[in-house]
Amino acid sequence: MTELKKTALCSACEKAGGKMVDFHGWLLPVQFDSILAEHKAVRENVGMFDVSHMGQIRVTGKDAWKFLQYINCNNIKNTVSCGTYSHILTEQGTIIDDAISFCLSDEEFLVVVNAACIDEDFAWFEKQAKNFDVTVTNESSKWSMIAVQGPKAVETVSSLFPSIPSRFCITEITFDGAKGYLTRTGYTGEDGVEIMLPNDKINALWDALLAKGVKPCGLGARDVLRLEAGYLLNGADADQTRTPYEANCGWVVKLTKENFIGKAALEAKKAAGFASKLTGIVLKSAGVPREKCKVFFNGEEKGFLTSGTYSPLAKGIAVGYISTDVPVGAEVEVEIHARRVPAEVVKTPFYKNKV
Amino acid sequence: MYKQENCRFLKSHEWAFVEGENAVVGISEHAQEEISDIVFVDLPKVGRQVKAGENCCVIESVKSASEIYAPVSGEIVAVNEALSADPALVNREAHNGGWLFKIKMTNPSEVDALLTFDAYKATIQK
Repeated sequence: MTELKKTALCSACEKAGGKMVDFHGWLLPVQFDSILAEHKAVRENVGMFDVSHMGQIRVTGKDAWKFLQYINCNNIKNTVSCGTYSHILTEQGTIIDDAISFCLSDEEFLVVVNAACIDEDFAWFEKQAKNFDVTVTNESSKWSMIAVQGPKAVETVSSLFPSIPSRFCITEITFDGAKGYLTRTGYTGEDGVEIMLPNDKINALWDALLAKGVKPCGLGARDVLRLEAGYLLNGADADQTRTPYEANCGWVVKLTKENFIGKAALEAKKAAGFASKLTGIVLKSAGVPREKCKVFFNGEEKGFLTSGTYSPLAKGIAVGYISTDVPVGAEVEVEIHARRVPAEVVKTPFYKNKV
Repeated sequence: MYKQENCRFLKSHEWAFVEGENAVVGISEHAQEEISDIVFVDLPKVGRQVKAGENCCVIESVKSASEIYAPVSGEIVAVNEALSADPALVNREAHNGGWLFKIKMTNPSEVDALLTFDAYKATIQK
């Protein structure tokens, strides 16, 4: 087995009681004291996550925006400080990764990508950059990142960083003499920020947040929070066999854009229609749906789950690729440990806050 | 109620407490800590015949599903109904109110093959 990669916060997480697990080759905390307590902290107060494993790719040059427009299916905002969530697609219109591109200046963007996709994303960026006047730099190993999330997140961090940008925006910060970035983003369905600092400064920020009573939270709580909020887990709910339409993210596809990678394929696939689509499911009796569970409608197998969990807000919740002939509101059954549990097809998200 | 010292254990963390002709079954303190945040217990049906070592119950936490094995053979004669409303009782009282089910033993000598508390403790300290 290859040695697991450690973030600069690994020791701090262990010290805080983190149960460390292998997450795509990274040693990260799955939980501290309790997933349910951590979930509650983020929904009602404030929690923090070590997300240093995530990647940062800097795009600079005259064509920076043009290049990002070409490799993203969404319209990337080129207003300074604005960020845009989008999918990066193959020529077949299927999902390589989902990422946020932040505009730092006319000729400079910072793209934050998923940890498991850093190498593939960067190789793809480099390959596509050849036709543009841009330089792409993989800065992932330089940056550490903490996500501070919850209704009290902004209030809590504003004593450290007085200027908090508006939703989905980025601002440059200085902390302990070092430059970094603060973005008003997160993957929990709550308001919050994500703070990037050089690796040697991140522990000071972690300690400062701990001192303010911010609760350390792990991947377990993060998974429940993001699923409740209806956010994709790339690699589980989306991969290179699925288009954004099938992943229930048609809104990130802007076919009116002049050109982008995957556009022609998406037009053709959209016209032909889709056999299955990522669909929300709520159990109607006790149990916990998990990935790979089969879903039945009128006794017929109609698909399988890609993510599922126990939600303290809505009990057993899941998403999965279900045949498009199963309508919202349909009574279905989920097979859990050879038992068929009644469930209902619902619209996602399962939880919506005003963020 | 079902003191650890008076229970016998499987390596897979179930305990059995002999109560006349029945064995009361639960999971250890160590197991409930490892599983944490128990949100559902899928209990066996009363009347079911189980063999020692048979998977007959599932404990679901937020992050995982754990199979529970019968420590001894026999018939399921009772299940802990309190767990359907309060599954976290297993976390709070693994050796008391958080018991899972009772087996009417067909071969009580099977208990002798189970680990003593000290022997069990030694397996989890490795």
